Amino acid sequence: MRADLDREGGWQRLHPLSPLARIGRLVPIVVLSLVLSLAHAHGGGAGEVVYLIVVAVASAIFGFVNWLVTRWKIEGETLRIETGLIRRDSKQLPLARIQAVDVVRPLLARVLGVSELRIRLAGSGSSDGRLAYLSEAHALELRARLLTKPGDAGPVAAGAMAPGVPGTLLAAPEHIMAEVPSGRLVGSVLISGLSLVLVAIAVTLLVLAVTAPKAAAAAGAFLAIYIFSFASGLWRRLSTYFHFVAVEAPEGIRIRRGLLQTVSETIPFGRIQAVRQIEPLLWRPLGWCRLEVDIAGAGRKNQRGEGSTVARKSLLPVGTDQDAWHLIDRLTGGTLPNVTRPPARARTKAPLSYHFLAAGYDGAHAVSVTGRLRKVTTWIPLEKSQSIRRVQGPVQRRLGLATVHVDAAGKETRVEFRDRAVEEADQLVEVLSDLSREARRHRAAPPVERAPDVGAAIPSGWYPDPSGRHQQRYWREGVWTEHVSDNGATAIDAP
Amino acid sequence: MRVAELATLTALVALVVGSSFGAALGALAGVISVVVVLAAGIVSSWYVRNRFRAWRYQERHEDLIVARGVLVRRLSVVPYGRMQFVEVTAGPIERMFKLSTVKLHTAAAASDARIPGLARDESTRLRDRLTELGESKAAGM
Repeated sequence: MRADLDREGGWQRLHPLSPLARIGRLVPIVVLSLVLSLAHAHGGGAGEVVYLIVVAVASAIFGFVNWLVTRWKIEGETLRIETGLIRRDSKQLPLARIQAVDVVRPLLARVLGVSELRIRLAGSGSSDGRLAYLSEAHALELRARLLTKPGDAGPVAAGAMAPGVPGTLLAAPEHIMAEVPSGRLVGSVLISGLSLVLVAIAVTLLVLAVTAPKAAAAAGAFLAIYIFSFASGLWRRLSTYFHFVAVEAPEGIRIRRGLLQTVSETIPFGRIQAVRQIEPLLWRPLGWCRLEVDIAGAGRKNQRGEGSTVARKSLLPVGTDQDAWHLIDRLTGGTLPNVTRPPARARTKAPLSYHFLAAGYDGAHAVSVTGRLRKVTTWIPLEKSQSIRRVQGPVQRRLGLATVHVDAAGKETRVEFRDRAVEEADQLVEVLSDLSREARRHRAAPPVERAPDVGAAIPSGWYPDPSGRHQQRYWREGVWTEHVSDNGATAIDAP
Repeated sequence: MRVAELATLTALVALVVGSSFGAALGALAGVISVVVVLAAGIVSSWYVRNRFRAWRYQERHEDLIVARGVLVRRLSVVPYGRMQFVEVTAGPIERMFKLSTVKLHTAAAASDARIPGLARDESTRLRDRLTELGESKAAGM
């Protein structure tokens, strides 16, 4: 089944085990319905078994037909996926517009050794590409091929260097940026608002059971569905982020996570629209926080259809400040703007949140801190800013204050310079729009000079380091990057 | 345009309220309610006129600035390169006065650059100019 990726003109099929792995998606639903119906009707076993067999056979046939009619190929700069028996559906995914590529392995697919590839594009949510399933090696190979195309270099700007011609392609080593130990994850799930509610319900029920057993039974039956949904929410969080590892790959940050279904996501550096650090009140004594990034592309479509869809990805489900700073440092390219506070008269307007308001900017990013109970710090790369707004309400006008927003793609992501003095706000609007214009222009210019044709034709990957200082060095699009590796451990060293 | 809209509405409401109160509670109540409604109409027409005067826009070299608002003053700076599409709409009343609204959409839902009540020629010109600028300065995602 291992076909050559670059065989031009050749259509390729999915893995022959895909129909079988697809059935795996139905298992939870079938099991749930079985359990529910068994719980309700005692002894209706035979009917359920027949029902189960019918469903399994039907989905197997459907899966097989689907496998027969699905094919894909890379044609120049686009990935084409064709599927559908009656209604033929042909998707063209331009490689330059790919925002992220995920490798997803549900439990059954893991057993069978196959993976699903999900390709996110900028634009509407329906333009997502899915290839379910490919063999594991094939999926990784295709992902590397899809991700080396984006033109953005990101903060890991490739240093220009006389390109020696690389030799043999080596396996990619990885540099771990952050890990979440299972203990901390369990702790973070337990110390959350949801589990507090759950505990409160349980305690109330227990007290009731002691004092008034009859009322307790009624309340229990009434609350059962809530308890179940809360508990499953906690479980989902636990299983989604189990074994969470963020590693640095040359094309971006790669995240691996999952207990039953494992997911490997790649977030290319240049595609990040915003970074958010969230410090919930309950976690603050422990010094824990959460990191999220926004990536343009598939996400839930918002109600009014306004703004682009944005996928919110967890970059760190729970971590110490140190972990978070390490990641933020890498994402924002090492410079962090100084934040300033609003003038003291803003205290009259925002007496409660005043102490937590701060914002700042530098040549590349805008940062703001908001919230008292749930402290949120947002970073937006200025080159990704969509618009800059100044808003002044009646109370603010009386106090001589105004708020400046830097909007990022999506529905509600923004950096707020809340309650600034009017002169400062006016100045901010000018400076920020100038800076973001400069940032965009800088990005539009080619980041590195293209190497001669000899080098550009060689595929990106790990090759022996031409300088001889390290064992391997990463080669991307005709230039040596600063990524080096010795005995499987990566480091940064300018070529 | 909005002033005309409002005046019609006020007159209509005054008529309905006045006649119904007049019929139910006598002539004096009818007259008082008509006066109240008319006063409300005048106050809000003043507000609407100010709101309209506050609404202004400026085409700069790299971005469009739209300012509006009387109570809450808003000012948006939208770079042409970030524009995803331009929308020109004209409701029935706007059509009556040969006006239309130009709206600039970006990837962020919050950035609203809406310019209502433009003469038709001006809105066409603005639309074409914005589209042209958007193409030449497109920055992608």
